[in-house]
Amino acid sequence: MGRVFLVGIELARAPSGSPIDEVAMLKRALLATVLVTAGWTGGAVAQTIYPLDRAEILSGSKFDLKVEFPGTVAADQLKVTIDGKDAAEVLGAKPEIVAKEDGHDLTAYWLRGVSLTTAGKVKVEASAGTEKKSVAWEVFDTPKGRVAKNVILFVGDGFSIAHRTAARIMSKGIVQGHFGGELAVDDMPYMALISTPGTDSIVTDSANAMSAYTTGHKTCVNALGIYCAKNKNTLDHPKVETIGELVKRKTGMALGVVTNSEIEDATPAGIVAHTRKRSDFNDIVEMFYDVKPDVIMGGGSPNFLPKSTPGSKRKDDVDYLKKFEEAGYAFVSTKTEMEKAVADGKSKILGLYNTGNIDGALDLKYLKKGSVSKFPDQPDVVDETKAAIATLSKNPNGFFLMVESARIDKYSHSLDPERALFDTIMLDNAVKYAKDFAAKNGDTMIIVVADHAHPVSIIGTYDDDRPGQTPREKLGTYADAKVPNYGPVDAEGYPTNIDVSRRIALEFGTTPDTCFNAKPFMDGENVPAVAGATPKTYVENPKNCERPGAVHITGNLPFDASSGVHSGDDVLLTAMGPGAEVFHGRLDNTRVFRAMATALGLAK
Amino acid sequence: MSDSLSGSTRIGITRRCFTAAWFAFAALPGSARAAAPTPLTFDTLYSEFGVRGLVFSPTVKASVGKPVSIIGYMAPPLMAEATFFVLTREPLAICPFCQSDADWPSDIVVVRLAGASPLVSAGTRVTVTGTLEVGTATDPDTGFVSQLRIVDAEYRRGP
Repeated sequence: MGRVFLVGIELARAPSGSPIDEVAMLKRALLATVLVTAGWTGGAVAQTIYPLDRAEILSGSKFDLKVEFPGTVAADQLKVTIDGKDAAEVLGAKPEIVAKEDGHDLTAYWLRGVSLTTAGKVKVEASAGTEKKSVAWEVFDTPKGRVAKNVILFVGDGFSIAHRTAARIMSKGIVQGHFGGELAVDDMPYMALISTPGTDSIVTDSANAMSAYTTGHKTCVNALGIYCAKNKNTLDHPKVETIGELVKRKTGMALGVVTNSEIEDATPAGIVAHTRKRSDFNDIVEMFYDVKPDVIMGGGSPNFLPKSTPGSKRKDDVDYLKKFEEAGYAFVSTKTEMEKAVADGKSKILGLYNTGNIDGALDLKYLKKGSVSKFPDQPDVVDETKAAIATLSKNPNGFFLMVESARIDKYSHSLDPERALFDTIMLDNAVKYAKDFAAKNGDTMIIVVADHAHPVSIIGTYDDDRPGQTPREKLGTYADAKVPNYGPVDAEGYPTNIDVSRRIALEFGTTPDTCFNAKPFMDGENVPAVAGATPKTYVENPKNCERPGAVHITGNLPFDASSGVHSGDDVLLTAMGPGAEVFHGRLDNTRVFRAMATALGLAK
Repeated sequence: MSDSLSGSTRIGITRRCFTAAWFAFAALPGSARAAAPTPLTFDTLYSEFGVRGLVFSPTVKASVGKPVSIIGYMAPPLMAEATFFVLTREPLAICPFCQSDADWPSDIVVVRLAGASPLVSAGTRVTVTGTLEVGTATDPDTGFVSQLRIVDAEYRRGP
């Protein structure tokens, strides 16, 4: 009852503006009290079974079955069954029972690294004395066997509808409402809406979003390849097998992971990693080493360097560059070295081209800002994709390749539209290359999808010929939203000039306090806000307030947000090739895994 | 949602902060006060900056154990008052201490203050003066591993 009382108090103490508000607040408090009471069963908190209810499990894939029983329960009082039979017997594993696991008031029951091989619904029940809890899982088969030789999964991180439309306008042009051409990502026969929520919230981050694609299981924010249990150690949570591990364990296929973010970042890590915390970068490097994808490309070298090397971010003295080289990898650190390794016919390549993220297309190709002066010979995502396909496609057993255009998301966080759009065009170019490769044999499944959305929308054009100085005066909406006048596009589809008089107004729905002048950031990526003097608060970056025509924007995010946030909107998936016909209508993000596993016949 | 830009920034020096900075200066160790500090810049910390690691510049190597100064931005701290903060080349929008998906730039400098001091906004440039230390060290409280540190340090706002 203490818990119910506290809820009521908390709500009644919330600030209110008028007596009417106070009445409404009290009513809500009472309602909340009733709701909490109704949900309060009077007994102990129920046991939690992982994988959670409604999990879909690939037949033969490995997972940890964990049950957390509240309190201390004697081993002979614990019972875990699958369709009425003892789970340990069904799964052929010896249970591990841990009282007071990690100091929590619970008793943990583990069956580690188990698998189910009979397709269909199963009921898992955990009981402690009279307390019972059950979940239903579906074990799915891949009955057609393998229908695709290769699978290429393109992830546009944060790639939302407005990025797509704006990139199409920018890259293909638009005349009287008709586009000057199709994007490669649009011109695909299958399309679906993908919903992205996780087990804990309606908005995902890139970790649990990617984890759904690579394991077929939903999980919680910041988590990769695990269910979020109560374990304290981030590496101890119940694991589910990733498609990278499945491909390596069950097939002779080649495996590639390519990105322009740091390679330890959530999306590429999703192919190999099991951790509750995506920032376990040093552990993630070790997980890459354990799985050994044949092609690994991105930025983020400091987590590979022993701590004695200046610039290292490791906490130990393990030299992972050396370890990978000893395991037969060609290590390359520039585009030139990468292309030479491909020309030399290397079958395993570790390419790390920056200490941080690889610079985005706008900086790499035109502005030369960011870290281009330090790293003048970085490949872009298209170069990496070409190198990866050339290397992986030598394997007669086919390949699985994940390619990420990571900075669509990062530049949307930093409220930098032009950089986000250039990286959308870069994604499109990489997809075009893959489609041309797939066209030769018709045995490659290609999927292009975002992991989550950003709240972005095209609301018109900023037109410098309109009177006034500030963004609101420059903004043309409806009939005044004239076609932008970016410079002519180059051979790769990038506009040759973005600092023009009419620009797409790609607006971000969320901001911290910031200053804004509706002009491109020619001197480097936007930094919208910086930490304030009060801990966990952010204030506008004063440098932005000095830009001509700049106005203060009062943030609409919590005060501890330093940049734009993700949105919970569905995202678009387009696909082609064998097995892609399953993509239509609205699907949960976990179904992307199921489609890929099915196309590759990974069951059993 | 927007209001017109006012002429001044919203960041001001509080009296408390000013007083603390004065005390920090008064308490500056003798070694740092005796000789004029060698001015370092983020651009001259390393002679090589590559994927395989960084190489300290001759100026840095020659300044080990000696008084130095450097201008940069204070990264979002863990606590309002601290003896330890990270100095960055540019104002940091993200807080690697607070956000699990944020990471530090490679060319950070760890600053250990001579005494606890209120810290300032990451948007404010600060000049740090103290004794240069290089080599791997792990902060006992946070586990933070650093290669380049300014210890017994004090800072002041502005260049």
